[in-house]
Amino acid sequence: MSRRPYIREPSRMGWWLKQSRYMRYMMREISALFIGIYVLVLIVGLFQLSNGEAAYEAFLATAEGPVGSTFAVFAFAFAIYHSYTWFQVTPKAMPLTLAGKRVPGAIIIAAHWFGFVLISAALWLLAGR
Amino acid sequence: MSVRVSELEILRYDPEQDEAPHFQTYTVPCHDDWRVLDAINYVKDELDRTLTYRWSCQMAVCGSCGMAVNGEPVLACQTFVRDYPQKIRIEPLQNFPVERDLVVVMDDFIDKLESVKPYLVPKEEKEVDDGEYLQTPAQLAHFKQYTACINCLLCYSACPQYALTESFVGPAALALAHRYNLDSRDVGRRVREDVVACNSGIWECSFVGACSDVCPKSVDPAAAIQQTKIASTGDYFMKVLMPWKRK
Repeated sequence: MSRRPYIREPSRMGWWLKQSRYMRYMMREISALFIGIYVLVLIVGLFQLSNGEAAYEAFLATAEGPVGSTFAVFAFAFAIYHSYTWFQVTPKAMPLTLAGKRVPGAIIIAAHWFGFVLISAALWLLAGR
Repeated sequence: MSVRVSELEILRYDPEQDEAPHFQTYTVPCHDDWRVLDAINYVKDELDRTLTYRWSCQMAVCGSCGMAVNGEPVLACQTFVRDYPQKIRIEPLQNFPVERDLVVVMDDFIDKLESVKPYLVPKEEKEVDDGEYLQTPAQLAHFKQYTACINCLLCYSACPQYALTESFVGPAALALAHRYNLDSRDVGRRVREDVVACNSGIWECSFVGACSDVCPKSVDPAAAIQQTKIASTGDYFMKVLMPWKRK
C-alpha cells in the first residue's frame, strides 16, 4: 500500500468569498483603507492651511463638494463599522479580572464606547463647532 | 421516531486508484436523533464498507471525527442531521492533505504542537517523591479554558491564514503555548518565544476569529493569540527600554 496524500489547494484570491465570516473580516480590514484615505485628506487640509487662506478655502470647497461629502459619509460609516468590530473583540484581547472575578465582556465593550463618545464630544467642543 | 431520507455527498479519495478526489452520493434513512456520525456509520455498515474516516468517543472528547459538513468544520459526533437540508456535503477537514476519503494527514499540526513545548517547564525539576507542583484554584482559573483543547483540528481547518501560509504555527498550538505561559508553575515562556513570538507565530494571525467560532470546546484560540501579542509587545519594549531586567 502506498501513501499518496492529495493536497487540495485553497483559492488564493477568492477564499474570502466562501464564508460570511471571512467577508465580514475583509470588510473590517477594508474599512481601515477608508480611514487611511480620510487621514490623508486631513493632512492635505493642514498643508493647504499653511499655504494661506485662499488655498484653505479652496480645499474646504472641494471637501464640502459632492465628491468630498459622499466620501466623508462613506468614511464615517466605515469608521463606525471599524470601531464596532474592534470594540467587539476587545474582551478577547484584554480580559480583565477584578477582585478575582472575570469582568463581563459587555462591560469592557461598553466602556470602550463610552470612551469613544466622551473623546468625540470633547473634540467637538474643542473644535468650536 | 420519524425518519427522513438524507442524501450524503461524501468526498472519496483512494490514493491507489484515484487521481483526484470525487464526490459519491449515498441515500441514508436518518432517524430524527441521528448525528452526522450516525449517518456515516450507516453508510459504512450498510452501503459501502470501503468508506474511511476517523471516530472514537462519540461525545466530543477524543477530537477524532472532525470533518467539513456543508463547508463548516465540525465534529460529526455533535452535529445533528436534522439541522441540515436534505442534501449534506461531507468533506475531510480543509487545509490538510487528504490521506484517504475523510481522513487527513495531521503531521504538520503534530510537528507544530511539539514545537511550542506544550508541557510544564518548571523552575526546578522535582523528583516524583518530592510531591506535586502546587497551584491555587485562582491560579488555575487563569488559564483553565485553554486546557480544554482536544486537538480536533477544526480551528486549523477554519483558519484562512493557515490555508494560505503553511509556516503559520496555527491556533491550537499557539493557544496551548499561551496556556503554559499563563501557568503559575511554568517558566518556559522564554524558550517558547522563538516559535511563538515570531512572524510565523502570533504575528501571522490577522484575527479573523474563525478558529474561536468553530472550536467545539470554547477554548477561544483567537483570544489566546491576541493576548500573547500584547504580552509579546510588552516583552519587546522591556527588552529595548530595560535590557538589564531581562533574564
